[in-house]
Amino acid sequence: MHKVKFGVIVFPGSNCDHDALYAAGTVMKQDARFIWHKESSLANVDVVVIPGGFSYGDYLRCGAIARFSPIMKDVVRFAQQGGVVMGICNGFQILTEAGLLPGALLRNDSLKFACKDVFLRVENSGTRFTGDCAVGDVLRIPIAHGDGNFFADEETLNRLEGNGQVVFRYSTPEGELSDVANPNGSSRNIAGIVNEAGNVLGMMPHPERVCDPLLGNTDGQRVFKSLVESFAVHEVVHNLS
Amino acid sequence: MFHSRITVTLRKSILDPQGKAIEHGIHSLGYEPVSHVRIGKYIEFDVNTTDKKEAERITRETCERLLSNPVMEDFSFTLEETKSKVHA
Repeated sequence: MHKVKFGVIVFPGSNCDHDALYAAGTVMKQDARFIWHKESSLANVDVVVIPGGFSYGDYLRCGAIARFSPIMKDVVRFAQQGGVVMGICNGFQILTEAGLLPGALLRNDSLKFACKDVFLRVENSGTRFTGDCAVGDVLRIPIAHGDGNFFADEETLNRLEGNGQVVFRYSTPEGELSDVANPNGSSRNIAGIVNEAGNVLGMMPHPERVCDPLLGNTDGQRVFKSLVESFAVHEVVHNLS
Repeated sequence: MFHSRITVTLRKSILDPQGKAIEHGIHSLGYEPVSHVRIGKYIEFDVNTTDKKEAERITRETCERLLSNPVMEDFSFTLEETKSKVHA
């Protein structure tokens, strides 16, 4: 099986770029490299990771300025052609600002920066990002954000649910949805969504931070493993056809 | 030349927890009649043109395309003609 080529975009203010590179490269043993935001081409990558952080100091709105970086033109092209894009935390915010994912991320309803482990219930195991999970599985993944309150109008939320685009919801460790389990006030406890085609994921929690067994929790590996395995499946299908 | 003054606020349908917290503070000071506190952003810039319609178009487009996010925010603006010379 070929190694999957991960490209981690680095903006001024990104601060989870090294974690993402470590998770994809060192832990998952795939090819992983940084792509500076000033570059105009992604070149030869299979997966684009837009990492967490505070790109451009969160000026104006989180993610609002990053979408004007030169590399984002090629990220949009790549996504529109079916390329796999994964936006984590600030990356999720950037993807909504760039119009690659619906909705927006508002200030946490607590008005406080939330930095803790949360529990995510897998809502759709048919995506490239969750193939290694079953619906109802609960993952323990940390969050670290001040603006993670997912918002979209009712019509959009219904459409997301109807299409199976809701991938993760905040839940209790037992998988129950409740307001107490919702760390930021997100509509319908939504923690992560995919676009309609299923190739672009945005999630506020940080799977890349819980991949290395040394850290005592490897739930984040499930997301990366799903992704890597999805390429293996594609490869087999390709070889058979 | 025109001077644009822009206000961006969360859409009315969206709960504004910062506004709520501030309202609580105002009430703590004893100003009970105050209600519906909303917080927003103020942005201003000059538009170098003599054509008011053009200044309005540019201001509106920057609001729609960058300064506000239509998913969650509304904007409003005023234009004031200023005396500064327009440099070609």
